[in-house]
Amino acid sequence: MAKGTGTEAKKLAKVFWVDRLKKISAIGVIVIIYIWSARGVGFSLLEIVGELPSFFSLLGEMIPPNWAYSRRLIDPLLETIQIAILGTFFGAILTIPLTLLAANNITRNKYIYFFAKGLMNIFRTIPELLYAAILVAGIGLGAFSGMLAITIFSTVVIAKLTSESLEAISYGPLEALQAVGGNKLEMIRYAVVPQILPAYTSYSLYVFEINIRVSTVLGLVGAGGIGVPLQTSLNLFRYQNASMIILVTFILVMAIDYASTKLREVLV
Amino acid sequence: MLLPHSVILHGNYDGKGLVNILEFDNVSVVYPGNVEALKKVSLTINEGEFVVIVGLSGAGKSTLLRTVNRLVEPTEGKIRIEGRDITKLNKKELRRMRAQIGMIFQNFNLVNRSRVIRNVLAGRLSYVPTWRTLLGMFPAEDKEIALSALERVRISEKANVRADHLSGGQQQRVGIARALAQKPKIILADEPVASLDPPTSHAVMKDLRRINREDKITTLVNLHFIDLAQEYGERIIGLRDGELVFDGPSSEVDESVFEDIYGRSITDDDLRGGTQVGQGDRD
Repeated sequence: MAKGTGTEAKKLAKVFWVDRLKKISAIGVIVIIYIWSARGVGFSLLEIVGELPSFFSLLGEMIPPNWAYSRRLIDPLLETIQIAILGTFFGAILTIPLTLLAANNITRNKYIYFFAKGLMNIFRTIPELLYAAILVAGIGLGAFSGMLAITIFSTVVIAKLTSESLEAISYGPLEALQAVGGNKLEMIRYAVVPQILPAYTSYSLYVFEINIRVSTVLGLVGAGGIGVPLQTSLNLFRYQNASMIILVTFILVMAIDYASTKLREVLV
Repeated sequence: MLLPHSVILHGNYDGKGLVNILEFDNVSVVYPGNVEALKKVSLTINEGEFVVIVGLSGAGKSTLLRTVNRLVEPTEGKIRIEGRDITKLNKKELRRMRAQIGMIFQNFNLVNRSRVIRNVLAGRLSYVPTWRTLLGMFPAEDKEIALSALERVRISEKANVRADHLSGGQQQRVGIARALAQKPKIILADEPVASLDPPTSHAVMKDLRRINREDKITTLVNLHFIDLAQEYGERIIGLRDGELVFDGPSSEVDESVFEDIYGRSITDDDLRGGTQVGQGDRD
C-alpha cells in the first residue's frame, strides 16, 4: 500500500514539473515574439522621448484650428456621409442572398454552402482601404470608388455576422411552415425573416458606424470624402486646416454613433 | 378488421360503409445510423376518428405522425390518403397534400415575433399565390378564415398581439387555429399538451375533441399521458420500440394494457392529472 502511494506521489510530482515547464516555455515563446516585433518596427523609448519636443511643436502648429476653413469642409463632410449611407445600403441588400447561402440550415447543398462561406472569408481578408485603392486604380479617383469599396466590405461583414445568427434560429417555425405546405420562399418569408430581422438590422447599423469611420480616411487613397482635404493639408503642412478636419471628423463620428444608437432603440 | 368500434360508437357510419381516409401499409422508417424508428407498421384509420397514439418517448410516435405529411420520409412501405399513395408525390403535389393536413406541435412552433393573425394566416399559404404571400397581401376571404379559426378556439381578441406575449395555453390554441385555417382533412397533434399545465392540457384536448366532432376532421394525437389518452381517445394505438403493439377502442384499455405498451409498470409521471371540470378557459 505504502509503496503504491509513493509511486503515485512521484507521478504527481512529474506531472507538476511537466506542467510548469510547459508554462515557462510558452511565456518564453511569447516574449521572443514581442522582441522580434519590436526590432521589426524599430521600437525605441529613447526615440519617443527624443521626438517629444517636435511632436509638441507640431501640436502647437495645429492650434488653433483654422475655423474659417470649416466652411470649405461641408461638401467633403457630406460626401463622407453619402459614401457610408449608400455603401451600407447596397451592402445590406447584397448581403441577403449571401447570408441565406452561407447558413447551413437554409442551404442544404454542401457545395453551395462552402462556396458561399469561402467567398465571404476570402473577401473579408482584404481590408477596405485596399479595396478602395484597387477600385481607384481601376475605375478612377473619387467618391464612387469609395462607395463601391464600402459596399463590398459591408456585404461580407453583415453576411458573416447575420449568417451566424441565422444558423442559430429555432427550427420549429420552419417545420410548421413546411407542414402547412409552404414552399422555400414562403418558409424564408414567414419563419426565417421574422426571427432574423432584429439581428440583421442591428448588424447593419453597426457596420454603418464602422463605415462612417472608414469613409473619413478613404480620401487617403483618393476615394473621396473628408480624407481628401486631410491628405492635402498634411502634404502642404497646413496643420491648422488639418486640425480643423480632425475636429469635424470627431464631431461627425460622435453624431452618427448617437443617431445610430437611437435608431437601434426604435428598430430593434 | 381492425376497428369498427369507434365508428359505430360515434355514429360515423354513413350507410355506404366505412370511409378509409388514411392507411399505413408496412411502413418502416430507418434513420441515419441504422436506427429503426418504425418497423413494418400497418394501420387503417377511418374518416372522423379521434385516435390517440401512446408509447414511451422514442417508441416512434413522432415518427409515425410525421410520415403522414412526409416531414419524415418512410424508408419502406406505402401510405395512402384517401386511397392515394403519398410516398411517390412530387414536390408540388406534396405541398398540396400537406395543405390538407394540419399539424400541432409540442412547442407550438409559432413565429414568436409575429402577430397572432400572421401566424394563423400561415395556414392559408398554400391556397394563395406565392407573390401575394411574399408581399403579405392575403385576400380578404383568407383573413376571414383565419379570424374565424381564432374564434373557434376563443382567442380572436388576441389577433393583433405578438405570439410571444401569450401564455402557453393561448399559444397552443393559436397553433390549433393555424391548423384549422388550412381547412384540413386530417389533424396531426404531436404531444400537444406536453408543455402545458394540467388544466390547460384538458382545455386543449377538449378543443381538439370538439373540432373533431363538429367538423368531422380525422384527428391523430400523440400522448404519453395515459389518463388523457383514456379520457379523450376513442381509439388507442400503442407503439413500443417502433412496433405496433396495441390497437383498439379506449373502452378496452386498462392499466395492464398500458403496462404492456410501456413495457414497465405505470408511475405518476405517466399521468397528467388535474380535473377537467369547468377549467377549460383558465388562461
